[in-house]
Amino acid sequence: MVLTLKDATKSVRGITHIKPTTLKLEPGHFNVLLGQTGSGKTSLIKLMAGLDPLASGQIFMDDQDVSRLSTQKRNISLVHQFFVNYPHMTVFDNIASPLRVAGMAKSEIEGRVQEAADILQLAPMLKRRPQELSGGQQQRCALARAIAKESRAVFLDEPLANLDYKLREELREQLPELFAGRGAVVVYATSEPEEALLLGGKTALMDDGVVTQFGMTAEIYRKPDNLTAARVFSDPPINAASIIKTGQSAHMETGVSWTLEGPAAALPDGPYTVAVRPHHVTPVSASTRDVVMDGTVLVTELSGSESSAHFQLGEDGWVSLAHGVHPYEIGESHRFYMDASQAFYFAPDGRLVA
Amino acid sequence: MKTENPKAWFFVLPVLLLVAFNALVPIMTVVNYSVQETFGNNVFFWQGLDWFEQILRSERFHAALGRQFLFTFLILIIEVPLGVIIALSMPRKGMWVPVCLVLMALPMLIPWNVVGAMWNIFTLPNIGLLGYFLNDVLGISYDMTQDPFAAWVTIITMDVWHWTSLVVLLSYAGLVSIPDAYYQAAKIDGASPWKVFRYIQLPKMKTVLTIAILLRFMDSFNIYTEPFVLTGGGPGNSTTLLSIDLVKIALGQFDLGPAAAMSLIYFAITLLVSWLFYTLMTKDDGQ
Repeated sequence: MVLTLKDATKSVRGITHIKPTTLKLEPGHFNVLLGQTGSGKTSLIKLMAGLDPLASGQIFMDDQDVSRLSTQKRNISLVHQFFVNYPHMTVFDNIASPLRVAGMAKSEIEGRVQEAADILQLAPMLKRRPQELSGGQQQRCALARAIAKESRAVFLDEPLANLDYKLREELREQLPELFAGRGAVVVYATSEPEEALLLGGKTALMDDGVVTQFGMTAEIYRKPDNLTAARVFSDPPINAASIIKTGQSAHMETGVSWTLEGPAAALPDGPYTVAVRPHHVTPVSASTRDVVMDGTVLVTELSGSESSAHFQLGEDGWVSLAHGVHPYEIGESHRFYMDASQAFYFAPDGRLVA
Repeated sequence: MKTENPKAWFFVLPVLLLVAFNALVPIMTVVNYSVQETFGNNVFFWQGLDWFEQILRSERFHAALGRQFLFTFLILIIEVPLGVIIALSMPRKGMWVPVCLVLMALPMLIPWNVVGAMWNIFTLPNIGLLGYFLNDVLGISYDMTQDPFAAWVTIITMDVWHWTSLVVLLSYAGLVSIPDAYYQAAKIDGASPWKVFRYIQLPKMKTVLTIAILLRFMDSFNIYTEPFVLTGGGPGNSTTLLSIDLVKIALGQFDLGPAAAMSLIYFAITLLVSWLFYTLMTKDDGQ
């Protein structure tokens, strides 16, 4: 099954929620929708699921135009961020409900429910009701319903967001396996860049109701099309600053400057935006070519093996993320080193130019 | 798992005392009357269970009890489904919600005797709006003062008009508490509107519907004012429900003993049927 969107839009009472979107989603890998809260991930999923009507454009499942087809007839599954199970039914009945609606034979229903329950380790809980399960088990029940159904498209809308850390890691590892080889298009919405990278497959970056870039996840991470995409796909947020290019060198307003290399050196002179991921800005120099920045430390965080520092450089706030424990003192002036070879350069309109 | 703590009784005591004064003591005075005969002047003669036997064997009681069950059965079978259907078709958000709610609540705000009087005037043949319309415009012979069937149609219609709103409002409260996510999940499962009703809306409405049915049962089983004002129990005895009959015996004939015995039997039946309803409707909840 291939799910295709052609200039699909959504608007509610004159307000556009999804701007014209064209996407081709294929089975065999995860299709991640990555964007911040409010960027339109859920809206896009509801559109594809048929829960909300299209304002214009078309949606195809293979060659079939499903733009006007009701959700009931699209044969899809959806797992929400919050756990949606029918409270008065047992886990077994919950998983079986879409199969019963489809009029499947009793013996086959039992087989499929058992299989889904085994995969998601729900077998001992089939007789219980959702309220008697833990959060992780409730979400696994919702996932089991999606798996047992063998639908054409599975939409997972931040399914792990409400689970605790350990469970989230565990389920995230299992998810790609669960849907592998089922022939369904899997769409996974998340607001965490790390999650997109871990799940692999393809990623569509979303911002303000529009898909800014779509492609292989790793590729997008390495080469964001535009500044917005780079911002969406970075956690902690990517550092960005205005520079003026003259000749072979780049100058920031604060006086920091460096020599441009490679394609960046070939750009015409003028204003650009430089963007560097936090882990390429470190308190320790790795190479003599690193760009030296003296900033004022504002906030520091130590997360086990990594330490991060937010520092002020001229008008801009910067973030540094480095391995190991680095002693910072708030308010002190500290020297940071930027690896300019890892920097992205964007034109004033936001396009990636080097 | 049950744990018993004798101290708990201590905390319940004030309520017990209160209930004793406003329920047990009045009931005991009725019990007192039900086992004695009096001819006034505060002179009493011991009768034992004679009155109970007399009431339970009386044709008149059987007939009134039969009419009472028929009335309650008819109004429940009409008001509950009708109330649920109206609740389902009411808007769940938007500017029409308060309008609908107020319209629904209106009949319940009218005093009961006024309801009876209203319907009496409304349905009187030749002069009432409905009576005139049916008889003189449509040519359908309708006279609730003469025809028992017409009288029954009228008291049932009146009760439906007066009390369906209660079922509507309670069902509606149950309906609006269902999160959108369940409707979405049902759509995704491919469920038809009937299945959505059967597996999502009905289970969610079950608690409030249980309350609605219990309230409507008790209220309709004990109904007095409206039919008394509307038909006065007639024509003949055709709409003489239990409470109307009870008042006839107690105040009309001043047979305090039999009336007291009848009250207790009446009370016991209401209690028993309510308990049955409640037990049946909540029996799967414990699982």
